[in-house]
Amino acid sequence: MSVTTLSSPVLAQRQPNWLVRLFDYKPFLIVMCLAPAVGLLSVFLTYPLGLGIWLAFTDTTIGRRGVFVGLENFQYLLTDPLWWNAVFYSVVYTGIATFGKFALGFWLALLLNNHFPFKSILRAIILLPWIVPTVLSALAFWWIYDPQFSIISYLLVDVLHWRSGNVDFLGSPWPARFSLIAANIWRGIPFVAISLLAGLQTISPSLYEAAMLDGASAWQRFRYITFPMMMPILAIVMTFSIIFTFTDFQLVYAITRGGPVNSTHLLATLAFQRGIAGGELGEGAAIAVSMIPFLIFATLFSYFGLARRKWQQGEAND
Amino acid sequence: MTDTVAQTATVADAKAAPDTMAWDSGLRRLMMIYLPLGCFVLILLFPFYWMAITSFKPNAELMNYKDHNPFWISSPTLAHIKHLLFDTAYPRWLKTTMLVAIGSTTLSLIASTLAAYAIERLRFRGSPYVGLGIYLAYLVPPSILFIPLATVVVQFGLFDSPLALILVYPTFLVPFCTWLLIGYFKSIPYELEECALVDGATRLQILRRITLPLAVPGLISAGIFSFTLSWNEFIYALAFIQSGANKTVPVAILTELVTGDVYQWGALMAGSLLGSLPVAIFYSLFVDYYVSSLTGAVKE
Repeated sequence: MSVTTLSSPVLAQRQPNWLVRLFDYKPFLIVMCLAPAVGLLSVFLTYPLGLGIWLAFTDTTIGRRGVFVGLENFQYLLTDPLWWNAVFYSVVYTGIATFGKFALGFWLALLLNNHFPFKSILRAIILLPWIVPTVLSALAFWWIYDPQFSIISYLLVDVLHWRSGNVDFLGSPWPARFSLIAANIWRGIPFVAISLLAGLQTISPSLYEAAMLDGASAWQRFRYITFPMMMPILAIVMTFSIIFTFTDFQLVYAITRGGPVNSTHLLATLAFQRGIAGGELGEGAAIAVSMIPFLIFATLFSYFGLARRKWQQGEAND
Repeated sequence: MTDTVAQTATVADAKAAPDTMAWDSGLRRLMMIYLPLGCFVLILLFPFYWMAITSFKPNAELMNYKDHNPFWISSPTLAHIKHLLFDTAYPRWLKTTMLVAIGSTTLSLIASTLAAYAIERLRFRGSPYVGLGIYLAYLVPPSILFIPLATVVVQFGLFDSPLALILVYPTFLVPFCTWLLIGYFKSIPYELEECALVDGATRLQILRRITLPLAVPGLISAGIFSFTLSWNEFIYALAFIQSGANKTVPVAILTELVTGDVYQWGALMAGSLLGSLPVAIFYSLFVDYYVSSLTGAVKE
């Protein structure tokens, strides 16, 4: 390193290159450094976001430039039972799956926070469902949910003798909906557990020791130390989880493609079906745009709801 | 020791004392920790076991649970994998996916290293806002963007080309990597750079010779994470690629291998297994980086 630092002024004196001086000029350097990231994000993220909102107000189809039609697409969606169905299922899917992921993920994080042998190997194994491509694990679930050769049916019918006939997982609306939610929870648990485990490890053990001295039970220690201390990280992880569960696409597209009789369409799969497969870009964009208010509401709710509660508790404790 | 103190302290709350005492007993530990943990691992891993075992089962065993125990293979076969590798375009899909993943990872790493350096180290007025803007970009889900992006891709004449994916994937990779690298750059002492500045090094020399070598763990984390995310990406690849030859593995398995009403479960599961292996191997080599980048990105 000392060689570098010594040779560089010599280098600069020997060749007062205008290019070198230009790259050492701070404003220019800032622009050059930010250009690739900001350029990529503006062209492929900000511009499409604006374009999407514009498309939602036009009647564009694939191959034909549309004209501005005002709120027509949205008026149509409000009368469309399929859209209402997708809104309903998106909310149910997000609600139940998020609850399941966080309840089980928090539990798993608490379990992993104990001391036992092979902990790091176990932690690595647990993250596997999150690493593997979702579509590929969804295919495995599709096979597990097979009407004839489902391994769960086999377990229930032939091994445990709890049922007389096979379970029809994906054939009728409500079982299909819950099968998808189960697959989503399965995939989401590792992410929640590992992020919450990181939060758990930052809680100082002295807090628990003080509480034990005061005679707090295990539940009280969880309720009054672990939970409040975890609030900030819970808020962030939950915001992410809600956003990406509400806009989920892969699981549903891979396992049911919205069926049976369109009962498992999420807004994203409905937008794909209308916009790309059906060619009605304007209507598809309108469906996609209709997700935005839900996302903003969910984000504000989870973020400020959880963050404020923590702040209020801080006040009360003082 | 804390137990005894707790015991004396909780004369009023009689239930708490046995509770803390019993906590260390072996049986209770077994029931409260190992049993639930075992169930979690079993359920989280079962689909992979099922995937693997299906890939090596002959068709006769796949469809007959009465004579063969479905949890084991009596006569393993490589027929499904052979079919996949020689009768379908699977090697080609693997190559495309690899190309797209490596291309977009490289692009995102360059863009986000420079951006993170500018935001964290060059410190100009408004740099926190640029950082916040890039963070907000991470919250925009692909499901909202894919329809307008499809028209943008067509406008650029990139439809059905892997280049479209290489250019589009950075939209979700750059925000993540930038955020991760900002955290890493923060941990590098600023004094090192000041020394170099005093010695007359240019800013680019500082970036190349001092900051980047020290941020190598962060770069590895960002790199492997980007690679995994772009390997797994689905919705853009589904919307922008039309021809069978240019598809990525996740899309191709779902659209090219699922044919007719009788599903080739053996081939489908073999395809899923082979498609998961590269990321799984990658993952096993760099587990610690994954965990640290996952938790690091969340903590920021």
